[in-house]
This record gives sequence, C-alpha cells and structure tokens, in this order.
Amino acid sequence: MLKYVCKRILAAILTLLVLVTIVFFLVRLMPGDPFTSAKLTKEVAANMNKYYGFDKPLIQQYFTYMGNLLHGNFGFSMKYTNRTVNTIIGETFPFSADLGIRALVLAISMGIVLGLIAARNRGNKIDFFCVIIAIIGTSIPDFIMGALLQYFFGIKWGLFPVAKYQGLEYTVLPALALATYTLTSVSRIMRSSTLEVTSQDYIKTARSKGLSEGRIAIKHQIRNAIMPVMTVLGPTVASVLTGTFVIESIFVIPGMGKYYVESVTNNDYSMVLGMTVFYGIFLVTCNLIVDILYGIADPRVRIGKK
Amino acid sequence: MAELNKEKFVIRGKNYVTMESISRPSLSFWQDAWRRLRKNRTAFIGLCIIVLYVLLAIFAPMLSKYDFHSMSTEWKHALPSTEHWLGCDASGRDQWVRIWMGARVSLSIGLFSAFINMCVGAVIGGLCGYYGGKLDMIVMRIVDILYGIPSLIITILVMMVLGKGVIPLVVALCIVGWIGTCRFVRGEVYRLKEQDFVMAAKVLGVPDFKIIIRHIIPNILGMMVTNLCMAIPGAIFQEAFLSYIGLGIAPPNCSWGILAKEGIKYLRIYPHEIVIPAFFICTTMLALNLLGDGLRDAVDPKLRGTK
Repeated sequence: MLKYVCKRILAAILTLLVLVTIVFFLVRLMPGDPFTSAKLTKEVAANMNKYYGFDKPLIQQYFTYMGNLLHGNFGFSMKYTNRTVNTIIGETFPFSADLGIRALVLAISMGIVLGLIAARNRGNKIDFFCVIIAIIGTSIPDFIMGALLQYFFGIKWGLFPVAKYQGLEYTVLPALALATYTLTSVSRIMRSSTLEVTSQDYIKTARSKGLSEGRIAIKHQIRNAIMPVMTVLGPTVASVLTGTFVIESIFVIPGMGKYYVESVTNNDYSMVLGMTVFYGIFLVTCNLIVDILYGIADPRVRIGKK
Repeated sequence: MAELNKEKFVIRGKNYVTMESISRPSLSFWQDAWRRLRKNRTAFIGLCIIVLYVLLAIFAPMLSKYDFHSMSTEWKHALPSTEHWLGCDASGRDQWVRIWMGARVSLSIGLFSAFINMCVGAVIGGLCGYYGGKLDMIVMRIVDILYGIPSLIITILVMMVLGKGVIPLVVALCIVGWIGTCRFVRGEVYRLKEQDFVMAAKVLGVPDFKIIIRHIIPNILGMMVTNLCMAIPGAIFQEAFLSYIGLGIAPPNCSWGILAKEGIKYLRIYPHEIVIPAFFICTTMLALNLLGDGLRDAVDPKLRGTK
C-alpha cells in the first residue's frame, strides 16, 4: 500500500511539472501581452516588460519561474500591481473553499440519500419523484439556476439576501445553486449502483441471515454502491472548491473563480500559471485521495493492484 | 400379414420441421432496443421533443417573416404577442426567430462535439484498456495533464487560430472533451477483456482486431450511445458558459447561451426575456436526459427480451 501511494505521489509531481511547462508556453501563445493597452505609452510598456523580465529569452524566463515556483513563490500579478499571486490566492481562496465545502456537504449527503431512497423504492411513486428531481436538476445550467434562485428567493419572496458574502444566510442561495448539479448527478449514479448491488447474492445472504433492513443498507448496500460515486467526486471536489466563475459573479462573491477567468482574458501570465498550479495540486491530490479511499472501501482493489 | 415398410408409417404429433422453426420473428439488437425504447413513455417523449426542436430549428427561421438580425426601436422589450410570438429582445429583434437560430448553433455544437468526442475517446480508451501496459500509463498521464490545463486558454488559442464561430468552438470543446469518454471506455474494456467470452475467443486463436470488433465493441456500444446522449447537454452547457463570459459566437449571430446571457440582464424588469430561452434550454436538456436514461435501459443486454 505504502509503495503504491509513494509511486502515485511521484507520478503526480511529474504530472504537475509537465502541466506547468505546457501552460507556461501556452499563455505566451495567446494574442497580445499583459501591457498592450491604449493607456500605456510604448516607453512605459517597454519598461514594464523589462521589469518583469520579458525581454530575456523565453528559456531563461522559464527557468527563473520554475526556480521561484519551487520556493512556493508564484510571482507578482501583472494586472493587480504590487500584489503577489500568493496574496490574491490567499485572500480569495477561503471564500471559494468555504462556499465549496458547504455546497459539497449538501450535494454529497443529499445526493446519496436521494439515490438510496429512489433505489429502495424502485418502480413506485417515490422513485419516480426522486428521478424526476434528479433529471430536472441536471437539466438546468448553473447560471440560469443561480439567476432563478436569486429572482424568486431573493427578490420576489425576500427570504434570503441576494448577493454579497457576510454570514450564514448569505451562503444559502449560492451554495444551493452550486450544489444542484453535483447533487443530482451523485443521486443518479447512486441510484443505479444501488440497484446493481441489490441484485447481488451477498444481499440475499444478508437477508436470509435475518439482518435488519437498516443494517443491510448501511453495512452492505451503501458500502458497495458508493464506489462509482467516489470516482466522479475527485475532479468535482477540486473544481467546486477552487471556485466557479458563474456562481461567484452572479452572487458577487469575492472568490477565486472570477480571478481565474479574468487572468486568462487579461493575459496576466503569472496569475494564470499560479492559479493553474494551485488548481492542479488540488486536482491530483483529490484524485489521489479517491484512489486511496477506493482501496479502503473495497478490499479487492487493494489486492488486485500490484 | 402385410409387409411393413417405412411408407406405411405416418408421423403424428411431432413434426421435426415445425419444431425447429422459430415462431417469433427474430429481432436484431437494435430492433429490440427500438422496441423497448418505444414502450418507455418518458424516453419516447424525450425523443419526440428533440426531433421537434431539430425540425423547428431547421424550418422556423425560414418560414418566419422576420430575420434574426434586423432591429426595430418600436418593438424593444416587447411582450409576446400575435405579431412577435415570443416577444422581442432589447434591440427589438424577434425572439421566436432568434431562439431557433440559436438552436441551430447550440444543437449543432452539442451534436458534433459530443459525436467527435465519443469517437476519439472510444478509440484511444479502447486501445488503452485492451493493450494496457506502457501505452496505457502514458496516455493516462497525458489525460491527467490535459485535465489540468484551463479550458479557457485552449478555447482562446483555438479562436485565435480559427476565428470566432461554430467550428472553432467545436474544435475547442473536442480538445479536452474526449477525456471523459476515454476514461469510461478504458474502464469498460479493461473489465470486459478479463471475461470468459473474450478468453474463449483468444484461446480459439481469434486475432486481436477481430476480438475488438466482434466481441468487445458490441458489448459497450449501448453504453456509448447512452454516453453520447448525456454528452450533448454537457457540450451545450459549455457553449452557454463560454457565451456567458463573452467568448463564443460573434454577434449578431446567436446561440442559446447568448440569449440567456442577454436575458439575465433584464431579469427584474423583463423576466420573459430570460424565462423563454431558459425554458428551451432546460426542456432540451430534459429531453436528452430522459432519452439517455431510456436508451440505457433499452440497450442493456441484460434486459434483452424482457417485457
């Protein structure tokens, strides 16, 4: 097990290095550069380029950047002068993560419960109701969901504040909008995997042993049915925690998503790279955790993997 | 005593000819799937909605007296009326025509990119799953890396090379989009190749190529079709998101994403401008999801011949 984890961590670090390299050169390919703006005269732009080291050969820039990166230094932002990428991430990530954790807890717990209820009532009205909710949830794009929630709960009925991020009641609507898609897709996967598990022999054995329904559900059904859910959760957790542009811009939340999109459209090289690395670390860590959890939840995987 | 020979005997009760014949017409896999799909009411409604929308997207703009780009000041933010069936937008353009022009863009982006993604992903994922080893490891690392590259950067780069429009969007969506199918097909093939029927084929000396074509592909084809159905909404979402942040189709052309984005601005004053595009986006997604769910049941080999 330990050997396997070490191997995976090494592979993850290698993946990250290649990722940074590719993105480093890709952002330079984008049209324009950070200082093409009507407000800056040519001399100022040239000075700026010199200040950030853009006049040096690309390879040299690359190695300087990598050297800084190994010290955990993402460099200065080019659009928000005098602020480092580290401070911007440090300021914005807590908001995104806070909202993301609320949304994830809601989505995963509700999704699993909904899927389980649907599967255990297969074919009757409760199942139909759960399935319809799940399908409607996956059918609404997040920006429409956000806008509709804002309109009905915020403006029309005045139940929750419309925007900003100052306390618990402010987080309800954005968390709900963010959770919808994950919640419904988790419940759909959970429903079909539970159905598959239910027809297995070991459930029949458990029933004939006389175990209570609750015990069968907890010890035998959920544990086996949850595997496919975990597979999709890796990338989902990473992207939800690092912020989503749409939800954050609709509800005016000072999170990371906005900076990520803006840095790409602004050609803010160091921001793009910094955020990509940050997101990449999250992604590979989440995938790694999922793989390890897989081994814990399913003993067969532990033995099967060399 | 009369002589007994074969001619004097008549077989009664058992007819070897009719006994061997199959009384029910034999159904091919797809005929059976189609039969079960038709019986599934919700999935069939989904199919009907999609066919209806595709037909409307083709014919509605041709048959209307308005076009999608001419503006008029007197019809600004008009409510639905007999003159303009779904009202007008902020520039007084007819929403009915714009919705179906947008549907052309959104639906074709969804269809094409999902289809290309499926083909590419299936081939690569299939090879990885079947042969495994070094190839598999390298491709999976590439997949990990591609997953991490911000899709916005790729989209912007593709648009810089190819310009704005439907084809660049499809290309941009395809560069990263095949990853999902690849992972899924790889997993399936990986599982299938360990099963007994593949083993049997191998023992009989069937070449790899034929095993893939005759034994593995038919087993995952159904799930791939389902996957395709589910991938179309994903691609339409992506397009809508790109339009929402200002990348995507260039005006005056429109897509559902652009219509929704324009509508959200007037949410409080003219809610019909967001509600109508949202209705069409959501019903399309709903129809595709229902159809996908129905297809999954219809093509599941385990359920074949039941009901």
